Amino acid sequence: MDTDRRSLLKGLAASAALTVIPTEAEARERRTAPKNAVGLLYDTTRCIGCKACVVACKEANGLPPDTTGYGDGLYDAPQALNASTKNIIQLYEEGNEHSYVKKQCMHCIDPGCVGACMLGALQKREYGIVTWDPDLCIGCRYCQMACPFNVPKFEWSKLNPKIVKCELCNHRLAEGKEPACSEVCPRKAVIFGEYHELLAEAHRRLAEHPDLYVPKVYGEHDLGGTQVLYLSHVPFEKLGFRFGTDQPVPETQQTVTHAVYKGFAAPLALYAVLGAVMFRNRKREGSEDAEPPEDNN
Amino acid sequence: MQPQAQPIGGTLLNRPYKIILALATLGIALIVWRFAAGLGATTALSDGYPWGLWIAFDVVTGTALACGGYAMAILVYVFNKGRYHPLVRPAVLTSALGYSIAGLSVVIDVGRPWYIWRVPLYFWHWNLNSALLEVALCIMSYVFVLWIELSPAFLERWSAAGEGWLARTARKISPWIDKSLVWILALGVLLPTMHQSSLGSLIVLTGPKLNLLWNTAFLPLLFLISCLAMGYAAVVLESALSNTAFGRPMETRLLAKLEQVAAWGMLAFVLLRLADLAWRGQLALALRADHYAVLFWLENLLMLSPFWAAFGRRENPGRLFRGAMFLVLGGALFRFDTYLVAFNPGPGWHYFPSVQEIFVTLGLIALEIAIYIALVRRFPILGALPTRPPVEVDHQEERKWLNAS
Repeated sequence: MDTDRRSLLKGLAASAALTVIPTEAEARERRTAPKNAVGLLYDTTRCIGCKACVVACKEANGLPPDTTGYGDGLYDAPQALNASTKNIIQLYEEGNEHSYVKKQCMHCIDPGCVGACMLGALQKREYGIVTWDPDLCIGCRYCQMACPFNVPKFEWSKLNPKIVKCELCNHRLAEGKEPACSEVCPRKAVIFGEYHELLAEAHRRLAEHPDLYVPKVYGEHDLGGTQVLYLSHVPFEKLGFRFGTDQPVPETQQTVTHAVYKGFAAPLALYAVLGAVMFRNRKREGSEDAEPPEDNN
Repeated sequence: MQPQAQPIGGTLLNRPYKIILALATLGIALIVWRFAAGLGATTALSDGYPWGLWIAFDVVTGTALACGGYAMAILVYVFNKGRYHPLVRPAVLTSALGYSIAGLSVVIDVGRPWYIWRVPLYFWHWNLNSALLEVALCIMSYVFVLWIELSPAFLERWSAAGEGWLARTARKISPWIDKSLVWILALGVLLPTMHQSSLGSLIVLTGPKLNLLWNTAFLPLLFLISCLAMGYAAVVLESALSNTAFGRPMETRLLAKLEQVAAWGMLAFVLLRLADLAWRGQLALALRADHYAVLFWLENLLMLSPFWAAFGRRENPGRLFRGAMFLVLGGALFRFDTYLVAFNPGPGWHYFPSVQEIFVTLGLIALEIAIYIALVRRFPILGALPTRPPVEVDHQEERKWLNAS
């Protein structure tokens, strides 16, 4: 092996390493909510579980009834978010403690689904609302894998399935109306507004009634922050919020990916070196083939 | 001199082949059903487990099993080990088939496959953060690259087939392929390096839903090492199997070398994995009495188990075969676990593949084997028999083992 080839192979090893090893890359910057971000604030102490918001959501979004859950097919009674339910009220009960909880898309500040989506069918569009574009979706369901809240739903029973998720009634916002769920709520348990105002309002309530709440606004920092915020009188884990981490879902993966693929330099370098090594080898072809196999042990 | 590759000939439609064809036909029928009835009616997939057997096995595990072509290309074309050349073509054929089947599985699995063409073509919409986009584009390109890598096997035969249009075209194309082959072969090493590591980063995006025994920023490297080791081990398995099936002598000595490479690779894999786990302060997870820890150690032990055998003094075909099988099983289990078992969408969600999913997967494997057999019988893919058998092969022992199994 001559020095030239050795240095080529060294270059090969280096560029291969660059292609797969997460180098000490600059950590990906944490994001903040867009300037004109809007969202929801839901307060468990105000919710009476009337499900007016569930009905209003179905109407506003033209969603079919889900009669599988209860009442022998007579009632539209979804049990959880599903392909015909973008918004749901669920009950948590344990001993004397109970609480309702509203579930819909959290409109993450740094969403896993958006990081996942190959063609950007899911994107944070106007007001930081995460919406879905049917023309760019091939139905791969990576968004479902990536969502820590299991929000995007897939129409499993359809031959042309769509991804179904709350888009914060962006069609109503365009008409100057607010989302259906917050509009109909008789107790103002869920309110719609500008994200920073909602966050301030949440903190105001916490300061005013520290006895009423768990001392935390869920979504302020969780998973990098969400544009839907929660106040609760029971611990958030009990309401089904499994993850308390502040790390945005895409952070680790994108830090690794960016370190490797920055400017696509490492793959190009690897390609060039591979080509050069193989070209040289081809020229010398035959010389090594002639070696007796005994040399290999 | 290397013996040239030759078609092995023989009757195609024998009894075992008919059984394989029947399985493949059943799989294809179920695929038709899936497109007629939808994913919900034919799979056990759910909103909690949107990816099941077809992704975790056919794509994530299957492409690693199909890394023989990649692994051999590194050995032969980068490190210039010409003596392994006879093993390249069969490995590339298995890779081409494995990757094509993986691609087909994706088409079956996605809900809106009629839009797939938009993924490579709508480049102005590309989300460059998406690891899946990278995997998709790389695998699409690599399938083409593999078939071009294999094309000399077809062109050689067609060129020799008289004066028909096929022969003339083959003779016209051959020099072109020959000239550009270096750059195609380089792509054949670059693309798997990229997408096999990206298969690791891809699942890192599931973040908190992925068990910490598997979820690490080193998954890309772990996936790359495991696919290479599995690639070498798969070449050993395939050679042993096809030589047994077609009654040819084993290239025991070469295969033993390959298995050593694979065993070293898996040792590096396990050490890196344990070091990373310790560095992340999660070693305690491996010592718990739950199914995660059991699977974690099972993966590691399977990967390490052939180590003693791979360095045995005699190249015993039976040991060689078992060792390769354990390596492949360990690597496969690791990848399958990472995508399915380690993924926990939360309480209330369950997944076990439906009968249809299982038979589609089996059918696709059968289809792969059927095409493999048909091609090696008709085209120059397997190395020709050496004029005299290598002295170091102990045929008696080989036969004893073959009869026993």
